[in-house]
Amino acid sequence: MAELLQFIFSGLTVGAVYALVALGFTIIYNASDVVNFAQGEFVMLGGMATVFLAAAGLPLPLAAIAAVVITVAVGLGLYLFAIKPARGASAVTLIIITIGASIALRGAAQIVFDKQFHRLPSFSGDDPIHILGATILPQSLWVIGGAGVILAALWWFFRVTLTGKAVLATAANRLAASLVGIDTRFVVGLSFALSAGIGAIAGILVAPITLTSYEVGTMLALKGFAAAMLGGMGNPIGAVAGGLLIGLLEAFGAGYLSSTYKDAFAFVVILLVLFVMPGGLFGARSVERV
Amino acid sequence: MTCHSALKSLLGGATLALALAAPALAQETIKIGAVLSATGPASFLGDPEEKTLKLYVDRLNAAGGVGGRKIQLVTYDDGGDANKAKTFAQRLVEEDKVVAMVGGSTTGTTMAMIPVFEDAEVPFISLAGAIEIVEPVRKFVFKTPHTDKMACEKIFDDLKKRSLAKIGLVSGTGGFGASMRKQCLAVAAKYGVEIVADETYGPKDTDVTPQLTKIKGTAGLQAVVNADFGQGPAIVTRNYRQLGITLPFYQSHGVASKQFIDLAGEAANGVRLPASALLVADKLPDSDPQKKTVVDYKTTFEENTKQPVSTFGGHAYDGLMMVVDAVKRTNSTEPKKLRDAIEATKGLMGTAGAITMTPTDHMGLDLTAFRMLEIKNGEWTLAN
Amino acid sequence: MPALLRRFLPVLILLALVVALPFLLKSAYQLRVATLVFTAGLTAIGLNILMGQAGQVSLGHAGFGGIGAYAVAILPTHYGVHPLAAFLIGVTAAGLVAFVVGRPILRLRGHYLAVATLGMGILIAMVIQNQQALTGGPDGMQVPRMELFGWRVRGAETWYWICGAFLIAGAVLAVNLIDSPTGRALRAVHDSEVAARVLGIDVARAKLTAFTISAVYAATGGALLAFVNAFVTPDIAGFLHSVELVTMVVLGGLGSVVGAVVGAAILVVLPQVLTVFHEYEHLAIGLIMIGVMIFMRAGVVPTLIGLVRGRSA
Repeated sequence: MAELLQFIFSGLTVGAVYALVALGFTIIYNASDVVNFAQGEFVMLGGMATVFLAAAGLPLPLAAIAAVVITVAVGLGLYLFAIKPARGASAVTLIIITIGASIALRGAAQIVFDKQFHRLPSFSGDDPIHILGATILPQSLWVIGGAGVILAALWWFFRVTLTGKAVLATAANRLAASLVGIDTRFVVGLSFALSAGIGAIAGILVAPITLTSYEVGTMLALKGFAAAMLGGMGNPIGAVAGGLLIGLLEAFGAGYLSSTYKDAFAFVVILLVLFVMPGGLFGARSVERV
Repeated sequence: MTCHSALKSLLGGATLALALAAPALAQETIKIGAVLSATGPASFLGDPEEKTLKLYVDRLNAAGGVGGRKIQLVTYDDGGDANKAKTFAQRLVEEDKVVAMVGGSTTGTTMAMIPVFEDAEVPFISLAGAIEIVEPVRKFVFKTPHTDKMACEKIFDDLKKRSLAKIGLVSGTGGFGASMRKQCLAVAAKYGVEIVADETYGPKDTDVTPQLTKIKGTAGLQAVVNADFGQGPAIVTRNYRQLGITLPFYQSHGVASKQFIDLAGEAANGVRLPASALLVADKLPDSDPQKKTVVDYKTTFEENTKQPVSTFGGHAYDGLMMVVDAVKRTNSTEPKKLRDAIEATKGLMGTAGAITMTPTDHMGLDLTAFRMLEIKNGEWTLAN
Repeated sequence: MPALLRRFLPVLILLALVVALPFLLKSAYQLRVATLVFTAGLTAIGLNILMGQAGQVSLGHAGFGGIGAYAVAILPTHYGVHPLAAFLIGVTAAGLVAFVVGRPILRLRGHYLAVATLGMGILIAMVIQNQQALTGGPDGMQVPRMELFGWRVRGAETWYWICGAFLIAGAVLAVNLIDSPTGRALRAVHDSEVAARVLGIDVARAKLTAFTISAVYAATGGALLAFVNAFVTPDIAGFLHSVELVTMVVLGGLGSVVGAVVGAAILVVLPQVLTVFHEYEHLAIGLIMIGVMIFMRAGVVPTLIGLVRGRSA
């Protein structure tokens, strides 16, 4: 029982990170059909910028806010200088652009920051909380809670605010949206900013647990992409479910099967799910987007 | 063509001039190549190695070079990819015409590059750990770090002293961890150590609590050993404390820098590990013959890079000094003569210990060069 | 231009390139770089059949390359199989895996196919990485030298010609395929699966054919690379390498045989050139990729062809 609970805690912590990255994928995809493989670099930027700003003397909360602002600016820059000029290019062309952006961002980070690993202090100390024989770090609660808050905020944004509705309308049908007077370019730019912000927050929340370096983005992009697809691309709830599920699968795989093949276990499950549900767990019975 | 103008045209970068002038220049400069994993998954190794080489080549040149010869360093970044490493190795040999190579951050890149240097008959001092590099002995291949087998033996020796026999092994699946795991499994029986739990985790994993939970639940467990380098050991150590495991905990020589203590924080206290004297430079007694070398290197590296010294950078220092020592003794920059001189290295004090090469030993270090350290109050201390 | 000439123009261009390069390249190092372009180019030509012709993406093709490469490493080392036989077995095995896995996977579309192939590639890479006793694990393993009738195949120049020959053969096959009924079926699938089905094309079969053929290309490229290096590490099967292969195809130009080789050349040669910039290397590579894709969004070769046509018209 304690074991099972421990695996669940581990899975939820790791999964919450994947979920946040998957959310970032989803938001940009919905607004622009772009699969942004630089999403992991947003997470890296959030964590690394906070580390370096804090080291430069900024108080931690200020450093974190500044890091989010910087990452949002980078996200907007990515849209303005790389995605927007290629408007109308095919989906694969846009994917290669985002891959190029992720390589460039990593390359810039190794110059601006460094190639070492860094850690942020935990927000509420390092004393584990004991629950029924299992333990969880307070920082894990921050990560899981943070993911929950972000999801709730997104829900509010999309359902309640006019801008959010404009984003949804654009996602549903870009032409129709522009016909009713929505500035779809603004919407796409906004989605990049939003994704970058979410990525940065994720990067800051997890840095005390997972440590951060200029290279952490690659693995996160891979897992986040898989999570978004498992949940059903374009569905925020699916992204979160997919992320948590992959995290749990890895933890259970490591705990009950083979730690060496735990990632393999996760991918086998993804493959099986997709064979049965070709649109992912929460996927729309989607029309093919080419 | 005077040497001066040859130097000028070389600086101009004209390839043709380089090819023509190379023999004339060889008497003036010592061209040393370095293919390192300065970026990518092994940048934890390659980054301090590159910084060390650049730093010391500049210092040696500023001090007038080696016997009046300046050193020219050519570095390439292989990103940890063996295929790229081999290409760069060929470039060093054929285009740059280096007289020696100090590099090869990982075992994989080293093994891929070996045939290039063997064929070209240029000495190659590898900075990677695995024993396969120097066993069997290859004429032109040497290595500076301790092998992972030695790390296992040092740890098991310590376990034996403390009468701990049943251990759990948790290792990374990257090159370092996988290689050390293999060696530890192989030598365990010799020390009466029984590995009762054997778990692994990926190089980029961020949580190892499931594996440790499993190890924790193993009956009769007396100690746990973590074989890995980079950020992995810090995460494992933090997870270990999170789960409240109180058994003795060992890390390997892959935890090679103060950075580990910074990353693992409080959780690092009580961890034991075999390491070179470099980490405890200032704590060595003045009578220790290694003290001067390691204190000098540590101070120089930390002052110039503003980063904590790491034993991996130390390996590069040792490799460079072996070449410098060989040039001094032979007063030549002819690769084959350098090779013979490197093989005759005797008692050269490096950061990893006193190096004495023989035709049958191309590493030249023994177990005494390894110290058993324990982390107390966030500081390295010599155990026992 | 006569139809036959036009059809085989890509092959002729590549043939001229393979024959002319040794006159320009001075050292074994430069020949090696060209050889690496050929092996990567061969894989890219194959992947381009899948991506450019059939319009299906794969983020797992490095896995097939890994199967080919490790076959020529493992079979001779552990089982005493002749390297040539190991080569054939490896290529066949990759084709079989593609054939078996392809059936369920290719039912998926677009990004779902991407993630499924990604998973498949990662599974292959994981097995290679972790079956240490057989594969040497992450440190890799030696590939025994090929010996044919007592002649040891070695030396940069020998492998240059062997890989060059394979590249040309691969290009000939690809060009022929494009103009075959299968090729036409693939293009129909690319344009619209529904329309293709209405026309009576067995869509699943056409896609599976392309997938299997491209896997055979990848395995051949991987095995050649292993021979050339005489050493192989799991990187060859890794996710990053898969991404690199897709990038080659798209940069060079989807659907263009010469483009695939140009894409391979860009990604192989660029790091050799940019290495002089040291820490700025990755930033530069990333920016160049973005720039090429913005200004030549159809890929380098199709864009250039378009420019030339536009000017002559």
